[in-house]
Amino acid sequence: MSDNKPSATRRQFLGGAALAAGAAATGKLVHAQAADPLITELQPWQQFLGPGVDAAPYGMPSPFESHVVRRNVPWLTADSVSSVNFTPLHEMEGIITPNGLAFERHHGGVAEIDPADHRLMINGLVDTQMVFTMQDLMRFPRENRTYFLECAANSGMEWRGAQLNGCQFTHGMIHNVVYTGVPLRLLLEEAGVQTNGTWLLAEGADASAMTRSIPMEKCLDDCLVATHMNGERLRPEQGYPLRLVVPGWEGNMWVKWLRRLEVGDQPWHHREETSKYTDLLANGDARRFTWVMDAKSVITNPSPQAPILHGPGPTVLTGVAWSGRGTIPRVDVTLDGGMNWHQARMSGPSFDKSMHRFYFEFDWDGSELLLQSRAHDSTGYVQPTKDQLREIRGENSIYHNNGIQTWLVRENGESENVEVG
Amino acid sequence: MKKILVSTASLLAISALPALPALAQEAAAPSRDGGYGLGREALPEEVAAWDIDIRPDGAGLPVGSGNVWDGEGLFIDYCSACHGDFGEAVGRWPVLAGGFGTMESEDPVKTVGSYWPYLSTVWDYVHRAMPYGSAQSLTDDEVYALTAYLMYVNDLVDDDFELSNENFLEVPLPNEDAFFMDDRAETEYALFSAEPCMSDCAESIEVTSTASVLNVTPEGEGGATEATAEVEVEEEATVVEEAAPEDTGPDPELVAMGEGLFRQCSSCHQIGDGATNRTGPALVNIYGHPAGMQDGFRYSPAFTEAVEGGLEWTDETLAQFLANPRDFIPGNRMGFRGLRDDEEIAAMIAYIRAEGGE
Repeated sequence: MSDNKPSATRRQFLGGAALAAGAAATGKLVHAQAADPLITELQPWQQFLGPGVDAAPYGMPSPFESHVVRRNVPWLTADSVSSVNFTPLHEMEGIITPNGLAFERHHGGVAEIDPADHRLMINGLVDTQMVFTMQDLMRFPRENRTYFLECAANSGMEWRGAQLNGCQFTHGMIHNVVYTGVPLRLLLEEAGVQTNGTWLLAEGADASAMTRSIPMEKCLDDCLVATHMNGERLRPEQGYPLRLVVPGWEGNMWVKWLRRLEVGDQPWHHREETSKYTDLLANGDARRFTWVMDAKSVITNPSPQAPILHGPGPTVLTGVAWSGRGTIPRVDVTLDGGMNWHQARMSGPSFDKSMHRFYFEFDWDGSELLLQSRAHDSTGYVQPTKDQLREIRGENSIYHNNGIQTWLVRENGESENVEVG
Repeated sequence: MKKILVSTASLLAISALPALPALAQEAAAPSRDGGYGLGREALPEEVAAWDIDIRPDGAGLPVGSGNVWDGEGLFIDYCSACHGDFGEAVGRWPVLAGGFGTMESEDPVKTVGSYWPYLSTVWDYVHRAMPYGSAQSLTDDEVYALTAYLMYVNDLVDDDFELSNENFLEVPLPNEDAFFMDDRAETEYALFSAEPCMSDCAESIEVTSTASVLNVTPEGEGGATEATAEVEVEEEATVVEEAAPEDTGPDPELVAMGEGLFRQCSSCHQIGDGATNRTGPALVNIYGHPAGMQDGFRYSPAFTEAVEGGLEWTDETLAQFLANPRDFIPGNRMGFRGLRDDEEIAAMIAYIRAEGGE
């Protein structure tokens, strides 16, 4: 059990905890009424031997953390094979998403591919059309980079008002991992891009044969063809054995199970860049090729899935922020719905186009709170309110909702997704 | 031959610089003049096998043709289970037709006719990814026919229309001009880059919208109050696992093979305990039972007729149905071509027995 999911034992203990919290608010230590049996009595784990080194060749989290899982919103999509699940942001710390918790989005389920059977082809406007095996790819120089991947539809359910109760559901279509991969530039150099080769089509090997058009300038800048995430091979659901990494740009472009790169002289306007991933405005026109993910943040604790259980007193507020256009030097936090703001404390590594962690510690007086966070990125862009976005885009965009999120925290510590005006 | 390379000379210059730890850490993986000599040249037939993409200018279209009439038959067979007979869609599957004039409304219905900018996208997508669960199984002419049918149900052509690579560019989609290049850099970035207010920023602040009113968050997510319930569910799951009876029915190897094969069915069918009707009926107590017994599922008239005729699911009838659903019950709605291999059929029946109950 984590600290915000009390077990029966912990619940019995809560009386004492509340007492301690009350004391903390007054700055005086309390005296226990009775000795804690967890201290005075011998516990099983103190006495008996635990499992040995053979018990878990591939280690898993503690069984007490079994509630920390990706979750699906069944009504969102017709079918779980072409669907999405959500990263449990409210259960995480630091900036790295563990591989087993990184949200999934598939269009034809998870392709199972033996790396020995996988090929990457480069064709089109190149001097030499080429085929690479995984062994070939592992002989190119590779780089390690930490990037967030956010689905363009993250927070898409929130355009018309507060809808889902939990940052896992409102903001969980994101993960942040360390990639190891070959710069796409090196592979394109190997084939020799012709002078009129201004666009690249990336294609997946799965049953949806996912395709996206990417301008050549981005391909030669910072894209990677990745084989590893967080030090181990890509997970099957993240495109094993090969995925494209398109830093700072919408997740749909990071083609998984990458099998083919075609160089061309114009975009392909395929399904995922016409019917989907175009942003319909109020006047019926639609933006296309809205690739960049703008600066965004969310408070992960407290939040609807992570209420305050300890009562008034010292309280840790934390959250994450990111920008597809750089780093996050600053996050502001408000406790009163935007009346007054405080600069949060950034903690952890600050990488380009990577998730950042922020904290704001305060003494909660037990009254109702309206929590918001506001990210500033290294270009000077400041995360807008949802109303500011609606004023320009209307409510039909689905994609690219990077508006400020509000959580209402009630006096009993429970929290809810709301909007303020 | 144009290669975008950092010259060897400049690489040497970089490596000769005095050590700057921060820079060294972020140095790009080096290019090599003339490439690394890795990989091999792709054969023309290999490129032809994978290079299936189609562009708005028609680049990539194969020679072929198909008409609305043939397209309708194909659509009923392979697409209507999810998209409805006329592209109106079943459940939350994509609507493909209609929706004209809704793009400015509160509920825009984005279809091939009302939203998609290019017809080439239809051909490309149907060919690469449809039918769902049996991708790239349609012939080029079938894809032309299905594309023609989608034009017809979107009122773009008459019922005697035939689409081919020759006339492909002649009927533009009506919404093409609505699309424009991302302009956030011009319309939003300056506006959203002002130094924001830090104190006394509003006269009053009120809650204007709350999520709990809608009550659409999946259950079990409420936080602390749900913790006890979650633990109970976990315990129950453990008990079930321990108490699982030995499988004395179908051959476990066949069942395992059937489970793999069932993936092509799972987009429409749920199976076993807790299964509900979706595009196809829930598969519960199928084997050894009369057909068509799932409450609340709307069977096709053809299937209902077979049920009324006394159809029961036995090894024989299941085998015939799975081998060719359309031949076994002509006119039924299951959009599946059938399993061709006897072992696969046996495996599927074993899985339906084991997982769906007897």
